[in-house]
Amino acid sequence: MAEEITLEVVTPEKMVFSGKVDEVTLPGTEGEFGVLRGHEPFLTSVDIGELYFLTGGKKYYYAVNTGYAEVTGSKVTVLIETAERADAIDKDRAIKAKETATASLAQLNKEHEDYEKMRLALVRAINRISVADKLTQG
Amino acid sequence: MASLKDIKRKVGAVQKTKQITRAMNMVAASKFKSAQLKMENFRPYAGKFMDVLNSLALRVEKMSHPLLAVRDPKKIRVICMTSDRGLCGGFNTNLIKTTEKFIREKDKEGKEIALINVGRKGRDYFRKKVNVIAQKTDVLSKFDMTLAVSIADEVIPAFMKEEYDELYLIYNQFVNVSVQKPTVVRLFPLPSIGSPDTDVEPDKRLDYVYEPSDEILLHKLLPMYVHVLVFRALLETSAGENGARMAAMDNATSNCEELISSLTLKMNKARQAAITAELMDIVGGTEALAKG
Repeated sequence: MAEEITLEVVTPEKMVFSGKVDEVTLPGTEGEFGVLRGHEPFLTSVDIGELYFLTGGKKYYYAVNTGYAEVTGSKVTVLIETAERADAIDKDRAIKAKETATASLAQLNKEHEDYEKMRLALVRAINRISVADKLTQG
Repeated sequence: MASLKDIKRKVGAVQKTKQITRAMNMVAASKFKSAQLKMENFRPYAGKFMDVLNSLALRVEKMSHPLLAVRDPKKIRVICMTSDRGLCGGFNTNLIKTTEKFIREKDKEGKEIALINVGRKGRDYFRKKVNVIAQKTDVLSKFDMTLAVSIADEVIPAFMKEEYDELYLIYNQFVNVSVQKPTVVRLFPLPSIGSPDTDVEPDKRLDYVYEPSDEILLHKLLPMYVHVLVFRALLETSAGENGARMAAMDNATSNCEELISSLTLKMNKARQAAITAELMDIVGGTEALAKG
C-alpha cells in the first residue's frame, strides 16, 4: 500500500476535511495536478473545479471554489472559499442557478460589469452539477 | 398614593417585560455561541492565510499592486459596519459616534467622503446626513464568505480605477462579551504586509515552488486578503452585537426584578394601609355602639 499523505481542506466556515489520504487531485489554475506523499513543496492557486482524493479504496469528490493550496512532503493544505462534498450538493438548486446565470448572460453585454460575475456564477453552477453527477456514477 | 389595583397592574406589566427581556437574553446567548463558533472556525483559515501571504510577500521583492498604491488622499470612502437590529446597548451608538467623529475630522481636512453602510442601524442614521454610495442591510443574521466577497467587489474595482484614494473600515472589535471597541482600520491602500514583527522565522520558512510565479500568485492573494479582513470584521460585529444584546438584556432583566420588588413592597404597604383603615373603622364603630 502506498504511503499516506495528510490532507486538510479549510474554508472560512469550517474545516471541511482533515485526514490521511492515499492521493489527492486538485484543480490548479495552471491545470489539474495530483499529489502523492513526498511531493516537492509548492504553492499554487486553485480554480473553480473538482477536488478528489482516494482513501480506503474509495474516491471522494468535492466541488471547490477559488483559493490556493500549499503542498509539503507530508501534508496538503487547501484553503478555499467554499467546498462542497458531492453528496451534499443540492443539484436542483445548481441547475436553477445555471439557468438564471445563462438567462442573464444572454441579456448582458460583455462590457457590462456584472458580466464577469454572472459568468463565474455559471461556471460554478456547471461545476457543481458535474461533481454531483460523479456521485451517481459511482 | 396609587391605589392597590393600579400597583397590581403595574407589577403584572413589569413581569411581562421581564419575561420578554429574559427570552431575548437567551436568544442572544445562543446566537452569540454560534457566532463565536464561527469565529473559531475561521481562525485556522485566517492564520494559515496570513502565514502564506507573509512568506510570499517576503519573497516578492518589490511589491507593486494597484491595491497597495499610495495616492494623495483626496477622496475617502468609509465602510461603517453596524448591526441590523437594536436593543443591544451602546453597541451601535458608540460605533456611529466614532464614525461621525472620523468623518468630521476628514471633512475638516477638506476631503471628499463617501460612506458605505453595512447593517441597517448605520444606514438609518446616516441616510440623510452624509453621502452614502452603497449599503447592505438585513444581511447579518445569516451570512457567509459571499457577503464579504460582495462587499469587497463593491470597493476593489473602484479603488483600482482610482475613483477614490483611501478606504477605511469602521467596526466594533470584539474584545469580550461586554466589551466591544469601535475600531478604525485602513483597508486601502493595504498596509504593508510581511513587516518584520510578523515575520516567519527564516529556518521555518519552506522554500516553495510557486506556480504560477510568486508575483502573479501574490496578486491573486491580495483580493482574498481583503475578503479575509472584511469577513473577520463581519464575524466580530455579529459576535459583538449578540454579546452586547446579551449584556443589555441581562441588565434589563435585573432592572425589572428590582422594579418588581420595590413595587411589591409598595403594594404590600398599600394593602396594609387599607387593612389598618378598615380596622380603625370597625374599632371606631364598636366604640360608638358601646358608648351609645
